[in-house]
Amino acid sequence: MDFLRPASWEEALAAKAEHPTAVPIAGGTDVMVEINFDHRRPEYLLDLTRIGELYEWEIGEETVRLGASVPYTRIMEDLRPELPGLALASHTVASPQIRNRGGVGGNLGTASPAGDAHPALLAAGAEVEAESVRGSRLIPIDDFYTGVKRNALAPDELIRAVHIKKADGPQQYSKVGTRNAMVIAVCAFGLALHPSSRTVRTGIGSAAPTPVRAKTAEEFLNAALDEGGFWDNGKIITPSVAKRFADLCAAACNPIDDVRGTASYRRHAVGVMARRTLMWTWESYRGTAARTEGVA
Amino acid sequence: MRVNFTVNGRPQEADDVWEGESLLYVLRERLGLPGSKNACEQGECGSCTVRLDGVPVCSCLVAAGQVEGREVVTVEGLADYAKERSCGTSLQDAQHWSAQGQDSQTGEGTELAPIQQAFIDAGAVQCGFCTPGLLVAADEMLERHPDPSDADIREALSGNLCRCTGYEKIMDAVRLAAARQSEGV
Ligand SMILES: Cc1cc2nc3c(=O)[nH]c(=O)nc-3n(C[C@H](O)[C@H](O)[C@H](O)COP(=O)(O)OP(=O)(O)OC[C@H]3O[C@@H](n4cnc5c(N)ncnc54)[C@H](O)[C@@H]3O)c2cc1C
Ligand code: FES
Ligand code: FES
Repeated sequence: MDFLRPASWEEALAAKAEHPTAVPIAGGTDVMVEINFDHRRPEYLLDLTRIGELYEWEIGEETVRLGASVPYTRIMEDLRPELPGLALASHTVASPQIRNRGGVGGNLGTASPAGDAHPALLAAGAEVEAESVRGSRLIPIDDFYTGVKRNALAPDELIRAVHIKKADGPQQYSKVGTRNAMVIAVCAFGLALHPSSRTVRTGIGSAAPTPVRAKTAEEFLNAALDEGGFWDNGKIITPSVAKRFADLCAAACNPIDDVRGTASYRRHAVGVMARRTLMWTWESYRGTAARTEGVA
Repeated sequence: MRVNFTVNGRPQEADDVWEGESLLYVLRERLGLPGSKNACEQGECGSCTVRLDGVPVCSCLVAAGQVEGREVVTVEGLADYAKERSCGTSLQDAQHWSAQGQDSQTGEGTELAPIQQAFIDAGAVQCGFCTPGLLVAADEMLERHPDPSDADIREALSGNLCRCTGYEKIMDAVRLAAARQSEGV
């Protein structure tokens, strides 16, 4: 094994081009477990922790450009106003020690269906900035997850950053597990209200081979909210609408039975989380200036 | 490969390090610092917790090569670290202090850090396997939250498992250390 220690982003890209099989290591909270247990013996480890830019973020007009290695702890503490859904999701990851090291770049690299960043990114709307010596591209988050623990990165590409839409309304994240800390999701659900475009977006974790959006449920809800004038009148969402939305979210799952839960439990729980997160976010939307401005 | 870094204020050089080796392994097997414990090697238990450039991390999940040029504090250096901090040294400086004498290597014969004394006084140590990791995590929490709520303590220690105590005595110990710290004892 060789340990590559690029001092700059350019060096890292050059190293990845030269050794496409090199395994990048950031926080190491996925990679080191595999090495400790002998599940993986990469020929090259490519250490990304010396590259300062990966630990920085920029808050722009519409998006936050989040460096790939910004640890969850920083997202929770410094980016809650702009990225409330991702901040909530970050807080459910493992433990303080893991959150101090691990970040969204590693979560995307692993692309586990249970990764907690994914439902939040899907709900908020995001693009992954992937770069290689050939150039840079933005991969829409909807196209990023290609299979169980597979993603759209080319062998010579690294994740530089994630561009996440700044919240324009309330967001929630909900996760089912046996306790609060150190829990891989049995299933998880992210929801974001986007009052400026009058849409609702969702993200489901651990209930399909990849993280997914419940698109049919979103379309149904967007139409129902529009028809009923809900964005303007701020009325409580009709229980039958919420129920139908929850059912469609459950139907968007394609879960499996495993040690953490059965497929039918996961489908049920996703429906419950969909209804709850909709109610929570809608309650806070009804109390916000966003709506009163809209009416006035 | 060779790795140069600072442990408990002293420059260290580890030789013949395998590229996939963890910081925990280097500390225990190459530098003779067995305070940090190895219980799971997968980040679940926190018994290997050390501070890396001031930040609590699981040393079993840090690749040895990643600590090149960085500063590590282990439970063996906790007493000196806490002393340095209480002498009014700025946090920045405390993270760059240099240990006095031989004892800070093994930790033997040195005074205890307040958090260590509190664990003993509150009866928070049974088999002791979880203790080093808890001490490092609790000490760092008290640095950030001098007057922690129970929720702060639980959150800060949520990455550390203990199979013996049932945690109540550990809670007592951290509350005791916080109280003593605020009284300047
Ligand atoms: C005890 C424990 C509990 C955990 N609990 C949770 C949990 O509750 N929720 C959760 O979502 N995850 C959890 N995880 C998994 C892990 O912490 C996360 O997936 C984390 O986000 C990984 O980030 P990292 O920086 O540590 O990644 P690393 O381990 O460094 O890398 C992970 C993968 O991403 C690749 N990679 C990293 N950075 C880049 C980059 N810039 N470009 C391209 N590829 C890259 C690596 O090659 C590797 O394949 C847990 C892990 C442990 C050990
Ligand atoms: S040995 Fe590192 S967390 Fe258990
Ligand atoms: S005292 Fe035995 S594990 Fe905590």
